[in-house]
Amino acid sequence: MSDFPRWKYALVALALVFGIIYALPNAFPPVPAVQVQANHGAPLDASVQQKVADALAAQKIAYTGLAIDGDHLVANFSNADVQAKASDVIKAALGDNNNYTVALNLAPTVPAWLRAIHAKSMPLGLDLQGGVHFLMAVDQNSVIDQQEERYADDIRSLLRQKNIRYESVTRVKGRGDGINIALRSDADRNAAASDIASEYPDLNVNNGDSSGDRFMLNAAVKPQKLQEIALGAIKQNVSTLRNRVNALGVSEPVIQQQGENQIVVELAGMQNPAEAKKVIGAVATLEYHPGIGYPGDPQAVDAAKTGNVPPNARLYYMRGTHQPVLVAKQLIVSGDQLANATSGTDPQSGTPTVNVTLTAAGAKRMLDFTTNNVGKPMAVVYVETTYDTKTVDGKEVRTPRVTEEVISDARIDGVFGKNFQTTGLGSPKEASELALLLKGGSLAAPVDIVSESALSPSLGQDNINKGFKAVMLGLALVLLAAAIYYKLFGLVADIALFFNLVILVAVMSLIGVTLTMPGIAGIVLTLGMAIDANVLICERIREELRNGSTPHASIRAGYEKAWATILDANVTHLIAALALTTMGSGPIRGFGVTLLIGILTSMFTSVTVTHAITALIHGNRKLKTLSV
Amino acid sequence: MEIFNHNANVNFLGIRKYTIGLAALLMIASVGLIFTKGLNYALDFTGGISVEVSYPQPTDVGQVRAALQKHGFENPLVQSLGGSRQMSIRLQAKEDTADAAADKTGATSSAAADKVANDVLAALKAETPGVTMTSHSFVTSAVGDEVKSDGSVAAIFVIIGIGLYLWMRFERRFAIAALVTEVHDVLVTLGVIALVQREFDLTVLASVLAVIGYSINDKVVVFDRIRELFRSARKAEPEEILNRSINTTLSRTIITSLFTGITMAALYFIGGPAVEGFAVTMLIGIVVGTLSSIFVASPILLWLGVSKKDLMPVTKENPELARRP
Repeated sequence: MSDFPRWKYALVALALVFGIIYALPNAFPPVPAVQVQANHGAPLDASVQQKVADALAAQKIAYTGLAIDGDHLVANFSNADVQAKASDVIKAALGDNNNYTVALNLAPTVPAWLRAIHAKSMPLGLDLQGGVHFLMAVDQNSVIDQQEERYADDIRSLLRQKNIRYESVTRVKGRGDGINIALRSDADRNAAASDIASEYPDLNVNNGDSSGDRFMLNAAVKPQKLQEIALGAIKQNVSTLRNRVNALGVSEPVIQQQGENQIVVELAGMQNPAEAKKVIGAVATLEYHPGIGYPGDPQAVDAAKTGNVPPNARLYYMRGTHQPVLVAKQLIVSGDQLANATSGTDPQSGTPTVNVTLTAAGAKRMLDFTTNNVGKPMAVVYVETTYDTKTVDGKEVRTPRVTEEVISDARIDGVFGKNFQTTGLGSPKEASELALLLKGGSLAAPVDIVSESALSPSLGQDNINKGFKAVMLGLALVLLAAAIYYKLFGLVADIALFFNLVILVAVMSLIGVTLTMPGIAGIVLTLGMAIDANVLICERIREELRNGSTPHASIRAGYEKAWATILDANVTHLIAALALTTMGSGPIRGFGVTLLIGILTSMFTSVTVTHAITALIHGNRKLKTLSV
Repeated sequence: MEIFNHNANVNFLGIRKYTIGLAALLMIASVGLIFTKGLNYALDFTGGISVEVSYPQPTDVGQVRAALQKHGFENPLVQSLGGSRQMSIRLQAKEDTADAAADKTGATSSAAADKVANDVLAALKAETPGVTMTSHSFVTSAVGDEVKSDGSVAAIFVIIGIGLYLWMRFERRFAIAALVTEVHDVLVTLGVIALVQREFDLTVLASVLAVIGYSINDKVVVFDRIRELFRSARKAEPEEILNRSINTTLSRTIITSLFTGITMAALYFIGGPAVEGFAVTMLIGIVVGTLSSIFVASPILLWLGVSKKDLMPVTKENPELARRP
């Protein structure tokens, strides 16, 4: 009997079955589809399905499937062009009120029994299915600026509240150096220091210079708090971007943080990058300020004409009407304190409204403000930042250009905090647009697109075809070469190599590695290098045979002696693959991950699987020669 | 089937002066090439705008370039992407671009990039109707710098990690010999890429890092045999042991390189432009790595003074016994 233990046969058999089952879903490529989802409690039933079917039939658009699947309706099409056309038709058929979201999608065709055991096909990268990729950098400096300005405001109101007279509260010029407070007496300074420290534990309060009757106090945001704020800003930006992207109707968008201050956005299948950028690239934030007068009132018109703006105010223009309006500099709440915004109808007047919900911190500030200002106007200022880049002396200088406009200037009807309504909007459409803007517009920090790429779906399909052919040709050539050079042992290695590909694909599918072109290159390279272990084993067996060992002893010695070499060679190779996986999220990482998994699977298939097959073939027979 | 005579005993170490000399020369030449000619960095590293277009009929690079220059694009880099219908156009951010020209060639903001991409398409369409844009991308140079430093960090991590492993599993001299050969392989591979001015993009960087992994594989196999022979041989003349190790593993070294080479050739010829650079780099690396495994790594090991006693398993119980003949 051979020296190959029975449990190893079981392991090999198990691994092969596992590999086949979990690699199988990739044989069922997803088809282009349009997905319809109902919002606001709108019905999604057979009548909607009929409506869609009629609309498609009227435009002579052929579909390969149309069915309600859970809470959404899915229509399948033969290719991406038809899919895009159909999407427009369905959108028109269902009307453009917000009741239905129509999105491009890829519908899986994997049989239900495979899906039940979590077998799924590998998601395809943008280079294989087309789409838009953005890399965005978050402007951390502006986060710090904003925080310091807010603390300065808070300190001012705290000192007023506590009746401590101060000369000035100003930000120190150096970013992150805090806020300087000038007071009139040492007693005032001590009182202010203890009040600020107890009210804002995140501030480091220190005495500064004092000269004559000027007593300085410095309040700086603690470094760990600054870090926390910066981190929070990224997190919030990610979730804000997710909201915005969802409005675009893209299936499974990728939005994730990369490194310390970058965000990656990948929209698969998106055909129009400009549209995507308009929504996600709008670096917009919102600010609530006390209004002064009303839009287009004489004071504002005068300020616009002469340029003489009151010192505590700023001059803006209304969106749409371009009427001048004066707004106080004081900031009530900013966009990052906005929790939610929905459009609706005011039950009393029947006019369209936007219902806004603030975070706890925002609610407190809003309550404080409205308590004293009922009947006065409050303006919502929309701030959009774009960047101009110039190259000066070989270095890039980035200058922000800020566009600010007032999107709503409404009277405060009563005292409110967490929840309030904005009324006086022209139409339900305007209300829903404002709600979307408010909700999606609350980026905690401006982002800047630093890298972008767009790839057409046809190029993606082209890449898949070429990649698939390359894998198959590479595999066929190696199989052929091994069989010729090592005869029977070559054929055994071939079977193992084939299963290596199957298990590699199965593992990648199971852990959800996104397949990209570099990933395919990694698969091909893995196939080429996996055979190395078999070359080592076969050469060893040949050597042992030449040294006069019996066939059985040669096989045993061949596997034993080659194992140490295979292990060393693979561990060093693994170290290299590991380093590749640490490189960002780009093509290198996709390649590294594939290589890493490939090395591990190839060690199993090239050694254990071939050993099992060899033992099966040669096991109990008396051998005179070996076909190697 | 056997290609190699298994009784061959070529004296590889005998010509070590020449092989090491040649390797050193190649290394110096490569460094020279990298510094003088430079690597032809792709968009991933330099920043700028790249547009890929598809023509309805075959066209040539010169025509595309002429069409672009006619519409005011200065120095467009036009390459064909396998075949004569797919073209890649690159507009790099130039340091000395004046503001006005920046709009045309060196736009570095994303909005401007979209505009430039559309302008390029419009310019080409004016000459040849029916041109379609298959992809476009835009990268700021800041991102490129980051990738460069990430790549260097990864390469250093690989080299140190592998060195440590070999030190633990083998011995100090093996680690040093492997690392020196590694550096040689990477430099010569980069040198060839610089020489033929192949575009150096992210996939090529990945390929260079993979070359490190591949070529160390080769060295480890030879080193493993050296260790084994040192341990088993009664009288261990280092030069003879090294020669025998290279000879006995020669068949494997070359067969594995051929097999891996076959797959990379398949990738090169039908994988399309996205992985062409990767495959070429890998092919160069395979050739360089195979040659250095045979001609460079072992002579360095000999030169470092490897001997039988460094490789014997440590016997702690009775050091006296180990010392006896």
